[in-house]
Amino acid sequence: MEILQSDVLQIRQPEDIVLVRTAVRKIAIASKLGLVDQTKLVTAASEIARNTLDYGLGGEVRVDMVRDARTGVRLTFTDEGPGIPDLERAMTDGWTSGKGMGLGLSGTRRLMDEFQIASKVGEGTTVTIAKWSR
Amino acid sequence: MSTVTLSHLLRSQESSLLEAWLAEQRRSGNVRNLIADSDLKRQSAEFIQLLQQTVAEGDSTDYSSSTISREMRRFLDSITGDRAQLGFSPSETATFIFSFKRPLFEAIRTSTNDVTAQIDEVWNSSLLLDRLGLYVTESHQKAREGIILRQQQEMLELSTPVVKLWDGVLALPIIGTLDSSRTQTIMESLLERIVETGSEIAIIDITGVPTVDTLTAQHLLKTVTAARLMGAECIISGIRPQIAQTIVHLGVELGDVVTKASLADAFKIALQRTGFALAKRSSITAVK
Ligand SMILES: Nc1ncnc2c1ncn2[C@@H]1O[C@H](COP(=O)(O)OP(=O)(O)OP(=O)(O)O)[C@@H](O)[C@H]1O
Ligand SMILES: [Mg+2]
Repeated sequence: MEILQSDVLQIRQPEDIVLVRTAVRKIAIASKLGLVDQTKLVTAASEIARNTLDYGLGGEVRVDMVRDARTGVRLTFTDEGPGIPDLERAMTDGWTSGKGMGLGLSGTRRLMDEFQIASKVGEGTTVTIAKWSR
Repeated sequence: MSTVTLSHLLRSQESSLLEAWLAEQRRSGNVRNLIADSDLKRQSAEFIQLLQQTVAEGDSTDYSSSTISREMRRFLDSITGDRAQLGFSPSETATFIFSFKRPLFEAIRTSTNDVTAQIDEVWNSSLLLDRLGLYVTESHQKAREGIILRQQQEMLELSTPVVKLWDGVLALPIIGTLDSSRTQTIMESLLERIVETGSEIAIIDITGVPTVDTLTAQHLLKTVTAARLMGAECIISGIRPQIAQTIVHLGVELGDVVTKASLADAFKIALQRTGFALAKRSSITAVK
């Protein structure tokens, strides 16, 4: 897989989430994603960025325009927060440790073509998602 | 070997370098007289110290690729933020770094007779300063984006109008992002107007909301519930097809909330519910 373009954005405060959405929309358009896929990707980015900020205590996202058989956008969110003790539970629809709807992670998985999550208690969390143009 | 020289140079000639650099900055006129002399002096002195640290901690043969320390980045972000706020352009901001070259190269030249060492030193320090300059340019751009964003948000904060469409029917056209502080304001003004006007129906139009994620949805649902408690039903309008699809995949259920594609459709429903009907004048005449 070839990386055509890459950028790193910090996620430290609520306004950064808006900047992440804007940057992701821009690259989704440049990668020729359709309107529905753009919306799905931007929404997913918003979910994971907010988790990174709220639960991961801040982190960053790498935004890549990638090419394999098709072009697409891959986002890699990393934080060095407390990590997720029970991934299966965290991925369950409706489960939240806070006051959310508990749909961010599970919903994002449904919205994306690719979804990977790795987390270690005390070390942090990495979420990678991708959406391909059709 | 070369590290020893530059790191040493920055320490031993700190004050003369600072004087020469300040003179250079005043001369190159990039300061625009917007930054107080005392501030400029403090910032320049701090930069020289941080640079000295950076070089000292870096690879001894090739400090040009030394990592830019967290303190250095924080410092550069802060002076850049100030300058962006004052309306400096990115290149004016970066000139702060680049203007250090002349006094530094001058000091390197006089520090040794070995021409090869001079060239090495100039090359290495130039690479390092270029990297710092680029960092400042990027940081400046981010700071500008932050400022624009804040201004946008302030504007949005001001514009959450609740409009009365008809007797008993209110509309709340939302434009922009629904972060929590703003949602609070919107919710409060809607509830106030419901009580004030005794309205039965409130139309929340989200045509102008670019992204509906779980947090936005949660805020919308809370508003609907609170309105219900005040005796008004909400209709959510302006859900574009791509947003509808996304919400469904996300797994958000809007429950028994009435949704309509457009504000016009929502208005029609609202009229029906409050016992009104819209008819073309010709058809009324015909009835007569
Ligand atoms: N980066 C992270 N670091 C630590 N814990 C996390 C992280 N991301 C998610 N979690 C945990 O996983 C849970 C589920 O996350 P998810 O995004 O699905 O729901 P939520 O954020 O609680 O609510 P919603 O996203 O619907 O508003 C969170 O409540 C939190 O406990
Ligand atoms: Mg979440």
